[in-house]
Amino acid sequence: MELFDKLLPYLLSGISVGGQYALIAVGYTMVYGILRLINFAHGDVFMVAGLMMVYVSTWAPLYVAIPLVILLTVLLGFVIERVAYKPLRRAPRMSVMISAIGVSYLLQNLALYVTGGLNKNYPTIPWISDTVSVFGATTKMVTLVTPVLTFLLVVLLVQLINHTKIGMAMRAVARDFETSSLMGIKINNVISITFIIGSFLAAIGSMLFFTNYPGVTPTVGAMPGLKAFVAAVFGGIGSIPGAVIGAFIIGICENIIKGLDTLLTTFGVIQQPLGLSTFADAFTFVLLIVILVFKPTGLFGEKATDKV
Amino acid sequence: MKKILALLLALCMVFALAACGNSSDEPAGGSEDPGAAESEAPASGDNVIKIGVFEPQSGDNGAGGKQEILGMQYANSLTPTVEVGGVEYTVQLVYADNQSSNDKAVSAAQELITQGVSVVLGSYGSGVSVSAATAFGDAGMPAIGVTCTNPQVTQVSDTYYRICFIDPFQGTVLANYARELGATKAYCLAKQGDDYSVGLVNYFVEAFGAENCIQEVFQEGTSDYSSYVTNAKANGCDIFFAPVSTEAAALIIDQAATQDLGMTILAGDTWDSNVIIAAAQGKDNVDIYVTTFYQEGGNAEFDAAFKEWINSDSVNLENNGGNDMIAAVSVLGYDAYYVALEAIKAAGSTDPAAVLEALPGVNYQGITGNISFAEGAKDATRDVAFIKYCNTETGVWDLIGEQGVE
Repeated sequence: MELFDKLLPYLLSGISVGGQYALIAVGYTMVYGILRLINFAHGDVFMVAGLMMVYVSTWAPLYVAIPLVILLTVLLGFVIERVAYKPLRRAPRMSVMISAIGVSYLLQNLALYVTGGLNKNYPTIPWISDTVSVFGATTKMVTLVTPVLTFLLVVLLVQLINHTKIGMAMRAVARDFETSSLMGIKINNVISITFIIGSFLAAIGSMLFFTNYPGVTPTVGAMPGLKAFVAAVFGGIGSIPGAVIGAFIIGICENIIKGLDTLLTTFGVIQQPLGLSTFADAFTFVLLIVILVFKPTGLFGEKATDKV
Repeated sequence: MKKILALLLALCMVFALAACGNSSDEPAGGSEDPGAAESEAPASGDNVIKIGVFEPQSGDNGAGGKQEILGMQYANSLTPTVEVGGVEYTVQLVYADNQSSNDKAVSAAQELITQGVSVVLGSYGSGVSVSAATAFGDAGMPAIGVTCTNPQVTQVSDTYYRICFIDPFQGTVLANYARELGATKAYCLAKQGDDYSVGLVNYFVEAFGAENCIQEVFQEGTSDYSSYVTNAKANGCDIFFAPVSTEAAALIIDQAATQDLGMTILAGDTWDSNVIIAAAQGKDNVDIYVTTFYQEGGNAEFDAAFKEWINSDSVNLENNGGNDMIAAVSVLGYDAYYVALEAIKAAGSTDPAAVLEALPGVNYQGITGNISFAEGAKDATRDVAFIKYCNTETGVWDLIGEQGVE
């Protein structure tokens, strides 16, 4: 029981941040599933969503600002795809990837220009910012909301993919790009919708993330973006449940490692702190390497029938 | 259609490049600030002397760097000219953004050197100063450290001088104060690879006793500090010592309030900023004490005039974080500008080598106290720090007292 009490705060942080990684990771994995493209700009879309909220909330009430920011983020994702990726549809895959990196830097530098490089304080969204106490550990309401919301959204998404016409089209395009276009599927629409869904989830993720950690800077999307990407690879890139599970595993492990020194000394396993918390980020990337070495397709990845 | 798109993209890129260029050459909206306006209109013939401003304008320490620049710009607006060997010279401030990043610092320093400045001021943040010290040293360029408190800054090369107190002093003051507050166990948090926070934590631990401290570091790019706050609580500490950048500080304060940290937060000079006030205001369960260089109210006349100047221009107001609270770093930036002018006057030349030779002899009565260098020392003689308390109700810094070490 004592172990549970000590562990709980770390678990809560982990679940909360894991849910936020999950929402970003789904965007990565869907785009990869359909385009075989790693959309490096996705983390920056997440950052721009946060930044837009900062500016929009200065003149609009929250019940206007929240839908508006989601709408604008969706629009941004759509425009990025149309401008930076669509013209390169027939180009080698590498060109699209480089274009994605370019978009990432463009967004970061635009944000740098707009904010002047300074940290912007994220507005407080009522209710989910309230402090709650869970079995003696105090945290924000958002910590509890995140996993529930993530779960709901992912279930909805899976339903959409498995039981609607557009979902069927997505699955077809993911299976075979050329053949599905021969079958009369409007490839461009399917891709646009993929980006719209990805950006929508990134916008929701950004609201949850920045409510917990309320500082928006031009590079704030880089770390969560990278970790969400690792989560997507970990779960098997292309697989939505894989990305979600991967994200939760990474979020929880990361926070437990940050607290490992304290936990171990409390239970007398070690006498002196070992400085393990330093390795919280390193762990994420070691995990990536280990997964790639032993299971290149990830936990739930499709078997390599891919022609890459 | 494709051509138009390509053209549009190219335009976008040009715009983005222009945007970057702008932000690195001068502070945002620079053409409106008095410093740059002065430099565009050379008042007294073609005699211009350039002073380099080596400060972060973006990244972790962007907010602090901008406030430090404000002090220099204000001083420049009051005293835009200097007499060099009987001839009136217009002072032009040349800006280089070191982006709070140790690897960008060297190229920012090189940029200033190639622009032909006579002396360099800066930087906020010790890491960038340490990185750039060799570049300044190799070029024989005199540099005046304004608020970089890590002792290494002036040890790397022969040309770096400094006008503020240093961390072995500050760490001891903080440790003494922690004891005064009745603390017995401290949780110390620093940023991996950041000379300032790691250095200050080390000196604090040295003075407070290593056996009484839990030390941890976090990585660049961290925004989730919840587990560190949990660690401090779980270890039963009664002081949370986190002399990190203001950007991280705002997030730590938020987490401390959420988890009801229940212990005093202690930090160094970087936290003396309205960013901290903004983050802590209304959160009545956080107690924050900081050590710093200057307390608003120390010189009423200066305070009033400086506030008026900040309020006169929306760009200044924005660079100061949206209100007219005076940051200690601005005041030191102001003093640094005059120290540079004194050195130039004494040198009687715009040649960096002559300025370097004259610099140790400067004795200047600044707003933050007397600035002079002891025989052979490159750090100004400083033996007093101010301790302030963040009043979360009124949203101002309350002065607790001045403290030195015996």
